[in-house]
Amino acid sequence: MSSYSITEPSMRLKWIAGVLVVLYALITLVPLLWIIATGFKSSSDAIAYPPKVVFEPTLEGYVNLFTRQTRASAEQLSENPPTTWYEQIVHDNGMVISGPSRFGERFMNSVIIGFGSTFLSVFLGTLAAYAFSRYRIPLKDDLMFFILSTRMMPPIAVAIPIFLMFRAAGLSDTHAGMILLYTAVNLSLAVWLLKGFIDEIPREYEEAALIDGYTRFQAFVKVVLPQAATGIASTAIFCLIFAWNEYAFAVLLTSGTAQTAPPFIPTIIGVGGRDWPAVAAGATLFLVPVMVFTILLRKHLLRGITFGAVRK
Amino acid sequence: MSDTALDRVARATPPRVARRIRGFSDRAIAWIFVAPTIVLLLAINIFPLIWTIYLSFTNYRANRPNAVVEWVGFRNYQRILGDPEIWQTMQATAHFLFWTLFFQVLFGFALAWLINAKFRGSNLWTTIIVLPMMLSPAVVGNFWTFLYQPQIGIFNYAVAFVTGADPSSFSMIGDVRLAPWSIVIVDTWMWTPFVMLICLAGLRSIPESIYEAAECDRASKWRQFWTITVPMVLPFLMLAVLFRGIENFKMFDLVVQLTGGGPGSTTELTSINLKREAFEKWRTGYASAYAVILFVTVFGLASIYVKALNTVKNR
Amino acid sequence: MKTNARLLAATALVGLSTLATTGANAANLTLCWAAWDPANALIELSRDFEAQSGHSMSFEFVPWPNFADRMLNELNSRGQLCDLMIGDSQWIGLAAESGHYIQLNDFFDAEGISMDAFIPATVEGYSEWPKGTPNYWALPAFADVVGWTYRRDWFENPEIQAAFREAYGRDLDVPATQAELKDIAEFFQGREIDGRTVYGAAIYTERGSEGITMGVTNALYNFGFRYGSPDNPYDLEGYVNSPGAVEGLEFYKALYDCCTPPGSSDWYMSETIDAFRSGQVALQMNFAFIWPGVDQDPNVGGDRSGYFANPPGPDGHFAQLGGQGISVVSYSQNQDAALEYIKWFAQSEVQQRWWELGGFSAMNDVVLAPGFADSQPYAQTFLDSMEIVLDFWAEPTYAELLLAMQNRIHRYVVAGEGTAQEALDALVRDWTEIFEDDGKL
Repeated sequence: MSSYSITEPSMRLKWIAGVLVVLYALITLVPLLWIIATGFKSSSDAIAYPPKVVFEPTLEGYVNLFTRQTRASAEQLSENPPTTWYEQIVHDNGMVISGPSRFGERFMNSVIIGFGSTFLSVFLGTLAAYAFSRYRIPLKDDLMFFILSTRMMPPIAVAIPIFLMFRAAGLSDTHAGMILLYTAVNLSLAVWLLKGFIDEIPREYEEAALIDGYTRFQAFVKVVLPQAATGIASTAIFCLIFAWNEYAFAVLLTSGTAQTAPPFIPTIIGVGGRDWPAVAAGATLFLVPVMVFTILLRKHLLRGITFGAVRK
Repeated sequence: MSDTALDRVARATPPRVARRIRGFSDRAIAWIFVAPTIVLLLAINIFPLIWTIYLSFTNYRANRPNAVVEWVGFRNYQRILGDPEIWQTMQATAHFLFWTLFFQVLFGFALAWLINAKFRGSNLWTTIIVLPMMLSPAVVGNFWTFLYQPQIGIFNYAVAFVTGADPSSFSMIGDVRLAPWSIVIVDTWMWTPFVMLICLAGLRSIPESIYEAAECDRASKWRQFWTITVPMVLPFLMLAVLFRGIENFKMFDLVVQLTGGGPGSTTELTSINLKREAFEKWRTGYASAYAVILFVTVFGLASIYVKALNTVKNR
Repeated sequence: MKTNARLLAATALVGLSTLATTGANAANLTLCWAAWDPANALIELSRDFEAQSGHSMSFEFVPWPNFADRMLNELNSRGQLCDLMIGDSQWIGLAAESGHYIQLNDFFDAEGISMDAFIPATVEGYSEWPKGTPNYWALPAFADVVGWTYRRDWFENPEIQAAFREAYGRDLDVPATQAELKDIAEFFQGREIDGRTVYGAAIYTERGSEGITMGVTNALYNFGFRYGSPDNPYDLEGYVNSPGAVEGLEFYKALYDCCTPPGSSDWYMSETIDAFRSGQVALQMNFAFIWPGVDQDPNVGGDRSGYFANPPGPDGHFAQLGGQGISVVSYSQNQDAALEYIKWFAQSEVQQRWWELGGFSAMNDVVLAPGFADSQPYAQTFLDSMEIVLDFWAEPTYAELLLAMQNRIHRYVVAGEGTAQEALDALVRDWTEIFEDDGKL
């Protein structure tokens, strides 16, 4: 790009744009910050009436998130003085820790299923998208629409047959089953997005490679893939966001072994009512991996979006 | 050229196989690439769909494994189409769909256009704006019930701060008039970034040369916006609308956690209604017919829409 | 003779099971229940069983809003996840008729477990199907009932007492009738206490699962609502929509409209307790399971809260039954070990410890023991409440019946559609249709 361009927005426009975008971002951040802040409140501060903006931070929510507790009598409490800081927190509420909670397992399930299915859907999606982009496939448009249409089925609608099918195939409540399921659901998005990106890569590059003596397959691996990397990265983000956060299938199809975190987090209960700080702590921790993944791939995400700019 | 993975694979494999990998015909490669996708989609999407269609003609109930399954013809379909309450859920869905798409397109496009002005720090703020859509809708819906509580949540206090009204004077989830908007607000908050990202992709795909040419022709900025920016972004915008439309037609997790369909049945979207029929009342056959009707509706709307999209794209 | 034979059989069985446990086949039992406070206590309690029997225990707890869906899905697909199920009381008809649970009569006889040892209402509510017949599908595990919590510190505040006396001409005390309850709620609604506006009562209004039904019945029953004719339980007309029932429904709506915190339109167990703990309300309707938590609460616990049973109305004195029985799933591979667990659980020492850990035991040995009523501040209220319980349908079609009621009641009470008469007439139509489809009519 040249140092001066007549299409470059004016300074004034930049200022206005900047202010408006920052304003929107700040408003949009409030609920998110509230979730994060609630994770550091005590359970009575979390439900304080009126709500507390300034509060004394505590790790109670995080301790409750990772432990299982039982109420103890005064004698039991005085017999077993706390030895660590987290035991102290629990102790102050008249409880004792009786073991780890299941949050860790649920979180690991989400990691395995989320990243596993993302990898698989991007892998299969790239292959299919390349074929759809470059070859004359009979009924191509119909096939593309068919692929898209598989995403139109409400998950609840197919949940019953899938449940019965999975049970027959031994896939019910397994990681493999959930990975396959999420891959299938994500494939349509992956194929559609990736086809768009691959369409933008000039065919001339591959043709040049073919003339240099590469086979089609080599040309695909050596020329197309690197060019499509940014598109692949941003597709991966979208797939991961879906698989990471999916709820309807997870709540109906998983239980003891393969349950992911989304059905688990809203149901964390404490003494009597819902334990909002622990729920908030869980939601915060659960956001971290996707956020890190997105920030790591941020350049790709943004460049992936600008990718089309090099066309023609 | 440097040593690549493929070269290494090729060296490691026996020559004949290697030749075969290298020497696949275009046609074979095309099918090898497409086949896994098609097979997976057939197994996990189409097969259950066919099963659902079959069940929709029966009185099967998944919670009565011992009962005799009878073929009932179109009775399930007749009952559904004649049920006024189902039309009510369709209306609720249409309201939700229309307004979420409206606001998301409006804000999404506006934000993308502003961010495209490339002010200092625009990349950082883009990443921040994108955050809400990375959250789990179920967790978000659950947490927003908390934010919407008039006494202990912050939403009412924030509105009160801006408008001066008493925070306890209104209830987003409890009021029949406000509840449909409570779900629109949360969905818009969550998914505007998605539309924004795709619009941004569209905006950045416009070659500068077009604007430069327009400048030379002394076209006003206003005119450039309507004759260049909008038409060039339109296919992207339409794709975003397609994806959001499909997702919101199926909307379940967010709303079920947020309002549970209430008050009364004000926010009972079709998916929630369907879930009640299928997994709470266990009228599997009836629910299957319901599912088929929904599928045909989305499928029909989407095919008309995709036709329109293709026309716009090929223009 | 008979006793002897039974004793012999019992000894033989005990011997067998001892053999089984000392043998190599120590089982891993999975117990399924709702994810809530008492479930954590059950994990603690079960440690003793693990130590004694050599079996290991796993637990699968599903939160209330998804509990029925998830577990019935599991049972319907003949899943082997759960060996023991603490299923909701209303499932018993479905589970018995579809063969999800094994019938426990022979086992009870062989082990000398008598249903007379449990609170009669819990036996009928959690164990029997068909109701009123000695066919047992579960052992009462957790007794629960809707009752009320109130802010004793506010009730005992002289200034508030004086203001109440002036307004209503009587002393501020635990309400003796439904009407008094509404008076008190009305009195507190919008009042300034300690510099904050507080509200009357937190009541059940939840739409999604069973909340508003579990709440409204506490008013309906006491104004004259009955599930059906005494001669034919499926004859609904004039019982479900009787003038008394209409009055009861209008009462619940009036209570919702006048005396609940703004925004309490979708509240169930956890929202009402949040409102009470955060000091928003004077009265709270909730199941008894929350009482140990209220008693321990740093803000409202101890002397600051009191408990009372659902007060009578013009035509009856009832309270909505909650709670569950424990059953053995018929698809389980570990039925013997599961039965062993039930046998262990049915011992009075174990039940006593269950109560101490915060589990509401249904065993007479525990609840009728001298000193029980004073053992906790809420113990007497629990006993009083268990005397007056009534439960929702336990028919195999209970879920459909429940959904219809949720829909009709929520539309009238919260959304304000139509009249109480119309809502209950519509409910009679919905229920009649469900019974017709099921072949009961």
